[in-house]
Amino acid sequence: MKATWWKVLAVALLAYTLIAGLLADVPRLPILNETVRALYFHVSMWFSMVIMLTVGVVYSIKYLRNGRLEDDDMALEFTNGAILFGVIGIATGSLWAKFTWGAYWTNDPKLNAAAIGLLMYFAYLILRNSLTDIFQRAKISAVYSIFAYAAFIPLIFILPRLTDSLHPGNGGNPGFNAYDMDSQLRMVFYPAVIGWALLGTWVSTLRVRYRRLARKMEEKMINQ
Amino acid sequence: MKKLLFISLLMLSLSLYAQDKIEITGEDYQNKGVEMADVMRSNGKIYVLTGIIGIVLGGILVYVVQTDRKITNLEKQYNELS
Repeated sequence: MKATWWKVLAVALLAYTLIAGLLADVPRLPILNETVRALYFHVSMWFSMVIMLTVGVVYSIKYLRNGRLEDDDMALEFTNGAILFGVIGIATGSLWAKFTWGAYWTNDPKLNAAAIGLLMYFAYLILRNSLTDIFQRAKISAVYSIFAYAAFIPLIFILPRLTDSLHPGNGGNPGFNAYDMDSQLRMVFYPAVIGWALLGTWVSTLRVRYRRLARKMEEKMINQ
Repeated sequence: MKKLLFISLLMLSLSLYAQDKIEITGEDYQNKGVEMADVMRSNGKIYVLTGIIGIVLGGILVYVVQTDRKITNLEKQYNELS
């Protein structure tokens, strides 16, 4: 195994997230109670998703610039990992909402925008798999991924802030304020985001390496 | 006049509306009025829970490490063949 420093860092940060996330002091807030700790697991899923989608878009642009299928592998697998985090994010959010807002799903702007965003990325996978030519598939899905990203970021970060929402961090300009988080929560939250994003990167790069190897084998078989 | 009254009332209500966010302060950490998992802490069961979730995370990480090793081995074998 290529034991690079960032894989060790991922394990260390995730262990810290788990121990400090469950045991460290948190503010005692009504309604939320202990569920405030879901911040380290639910919110960090979405942050990691956005980080991985960004990597996916960068590799999509790289593919369009030089047409190397290796870049398409990266774009696809990072988007795949991001979708996994998104699905976990929406499922954990739904459970959290049931016990704090009283329903698994509300027609809140943030929730609906997140659902639309996920559906856009499901469509990305369907679009990819409906094309048989690998170069056409890579090119069309790279273009789609850029457009989907350009719609996803405003959908989950900008539009819910223009209106009012039950979801914390919306309505007005809530970014990095003192209402939803304080320095003590941030001390676990930011390492958690980095840890989960690194785990996602690890799994994505594993699948990229599998894809590249499979392609090389195939080329070798054809050339024999 | 009516319009002025309306606007002033509207502004008042808007400013009231903006007050619905409450900052987290140090006092929130001491607020014993809110129920938390204090019982689990006092009888130590929260550490059992931490251990259980730790095993889950550890299991997943071991699985990822093993997958990584398998792919690395395959890559090596392929490079030796060609």
